[in-house]
Amino acid sequence: MASVTLTQSRPMRRNRKDWRGWGFVGPFMIVFLAVLVAPVVYAIVLTLFRQQLVGGSGFVGLENYALLFQDPKFWESLFRVTLFLVVQVPIMLILSLLAALAIDSARLHGTGFFRIAIFLPYAVPGVVAALIWGFIYGNQFGLTGSINDLLGADILQPFSSDWILASIGNIVTWEFMGYNMLIFYAALKVIPADLYEAAEIDGAGQFRIISGIKLPALRGSIVIATIFSIIGSFQLFNEPNLLKALAPNVISSYFTPNMYAYNLSFAGQQFNYSATVAIVMGIITAVIAYIVQLRGSRQEVR
Amino acid sequence: MRTKTLRRVALTTASVLTLGLSLAACASGGGSSSGGGTADDLEAALEKGGTITYWSWTPSAEAQVAAFEKAYPKVDVKLVNAGTNTDEYTKLQNAITAGSGAPDVAQVEYYAIPQFALSDSLVDLASYGFGDLEDQYSAGPWSSVDIDGKIYGLPQDSGPMAMFYNKTVFDQYGIAVPTTYDEYVAAAEKLHAADPSKYITNDTGDSGFTTSMIWQAGGQPFTADGTDVTIDLQDDGSKKWADSWNRLVEGDLLATTPGWSDEWYKALGDGTIATLLTGAWMPGVLESSVPQASGDWAVAPMPTYDGTPVTAENGGGGQVVLKQSKNQALAAAFLKWLNSDPESIKVFLESGGFPATTADLESPEFLAQTPEYFGGQAINEVLVDASKNVPTGWHYLPYQVYANSIFADTVGQAYKNGTDLNDGLQTWQDQLVDYGNQQGFTVNK
Repeated sequence: MASVTLTQSRPMRRNRKDWRGWGFVGPFMIVFLAVLVAPVVYAIVLTLFRQQLVGGSGFVGLENYALLFQDPKFWESLFRVTLFLVVQVPIMLILSLLAALAIDSARLHGTGFFRIAIFLPYAVPGVVAALIWGFIYGNQFGLTGSINDLLGADILQPFSSDWILASIGNIVTWEFMGYNMLIFYAALKVIPADLYEAAEIDGAGQFRIISGIKLPALRGSIVIATIFSIIGSFQLFNEPNLLKALAPNVISSYFTPNMYAYNLSFAGQQFNYSATVAIVMGIITAVIAYIVQLRGSRQEVR
Repeated sequence: MRTKTLRRVALTTASVLTLGLSLAACASGGGSSSGGGTADDLEAALEKGGTITYWSWTPSAEAQVAAFEKAYPKVDVKLVNAGTNTDEYTKLQNAITAGSGAPDVAQVEYYAIPQFALSDSLVDLASYGFGDLEDQYSAGPWSSVDIDGKIYGLPQDSGPMAMFYNKTVFDQYGIAVPTTYDEYVAAAEKLHAADPSKYITNDTGDSGFTTSMIWQAGGQPFTADGTDVTIDLQDDGSKKWADSWNRLVEGDLLATTPGWSDEWYKALGDGTIATLLTGAWMPGVLESSVPQASGDWAVAPMPTYDGTPVTAENGGGGQVVLKQSKNQALAAAFLKWLNSDPESIKVFLESGGFPATTADLESPEFLAQTPEYFGGQAINEVLVDASKNVPTGWHYLPYQVYANSIFADTVGQAYKNGTDLNDGLQTWQDQLVDYGNQQGFTVNK
């Protein structure tokens, strides 16, 4: 008997404690469930149905996923953003890193100006940036056209299918270099000055300081910047979608996974299939970001 | 509406997450009330007054609404510009799917009307006596709103196609105005050979243009009987167009400047693009957006395949009443005034629109206009004549908006690579058949 009452009273006591805690967490949990969890759950529910223009909606189980895995358009778009990721992100991060190190080196005049100048494109809305670059890329009347005229040949073809990904990469690099530079620069600023003094006393040169002090201190922010860039690449949408008006045959309606989801939904009324694309992309992004984080933090510990 | 595929700069920055959020608002809910009014209800509704919402992007909408409210002070019309063509259709379709939020009256181009009619979103206006208005409109536009005896809207403008050509360029290179497509291709070759920077026209693949050209060639690639759809983009007319246009595509004789871009307007101004095969709404666009070319342009009938005058409709549209409307009688009354009252049409004409009403098309005053921009040519005579040579029996797909959205992915590839358009049309057809069957239609079975 005694043991029975004991086991009964334990959960009761725990319960009372729990409820008091919920009073504090409750407001947050309500907002969290309503604006973060509910849409995702709703999207997952959507993926299990199929609504047709004729015949209404019906439960199809995992059929949308099966279709997606056989859909060459989806894989093509995923391959494209992966290629973009593998090429553009390292270039952008290395440029940001160099800029941050240069500004932090205290060997430049007017660092304040350079810092603002490099960061400024980030303050330009993505839509506006894509439109500006659209004008620049115009190969008849834009800057590109003028350069081609000067060279006497159509050397620059930003809107041809061979170049388009590089053209978009250029825009994205221009936009986000300053943002990543700022992350790196902030991390460099918190390095205690006595480390530099000690290095100087030990007779270390600038490059030794960079490799021995600055880069190790930056490791955490590099991981963060990489994860942000991966997410950004997989969500590529604004730039290709706006440039599509200028290069309609080169940028397809499924150029990136996000564009594919958008067009499925809003041009094709295929909300369910579109939600499937979104969910699968979300999972792929999360897995890759997690792997990067895991690798990044392991190096940090070592 | 004259802005056919104009400015497809969708300033939409939907990320996947917001997409998910907006989907949360979706629940299927069709129209509630049945369109069971009578012609008398219209007058009564105007007497009683009320508030309706009207979506439109026509330049004349604001002045027309003001004139209407002056004539009927008890009625309040809220005018909303919900975006140009596909942007508006996206919003409209979302509101219909969500079951609320749609306007009472909306501007919809002819090619998109079957899509909204099929989803049972539009009020059949026949019971309000709109059938009696048929005589007032030219046949092409009317057939676009009258689907199987149900009247889903009233035509506002029309776009019978004609050839706009840069007379200055033609004279400079001694090119005669082509009357057949053989001559048109020859002119293209001659012009491009004389000055490699100049092209007979620009075309990077435009679904509206292609379907109109197939229409002119006598094709009927899309037929729909309820949900039974037949797609044949290799019928005689489609092939005829593709074979003749191939000579321009494969010969690199087309400018690759996308329509409605800044470069396009510049090219129209400086003679880089020498002709445009397009709808009769074009003069307004040229006058307002290409003022520097005043005096250069002229209008001629469309080139033909065998010399028999024939053309097609390109662009144009009308207004419809949505089933979601809480005051359908008032909405219908407004629509009737908008597209048949002389006062409203006068405002429309002043804004440079090309009418769908026969009285205006045949009025001596309209025909006698000699705009200075076109060097004093009586262009309306050519354009009105074209409106009489539109073959009947043309249909758009009940999912034409989607079809147009994948045009660049399919036919556009033939343009890009300079390969056979027939292959592109075949790919387009294959994807449209798949989509239609997935959506519950019975396509090509």
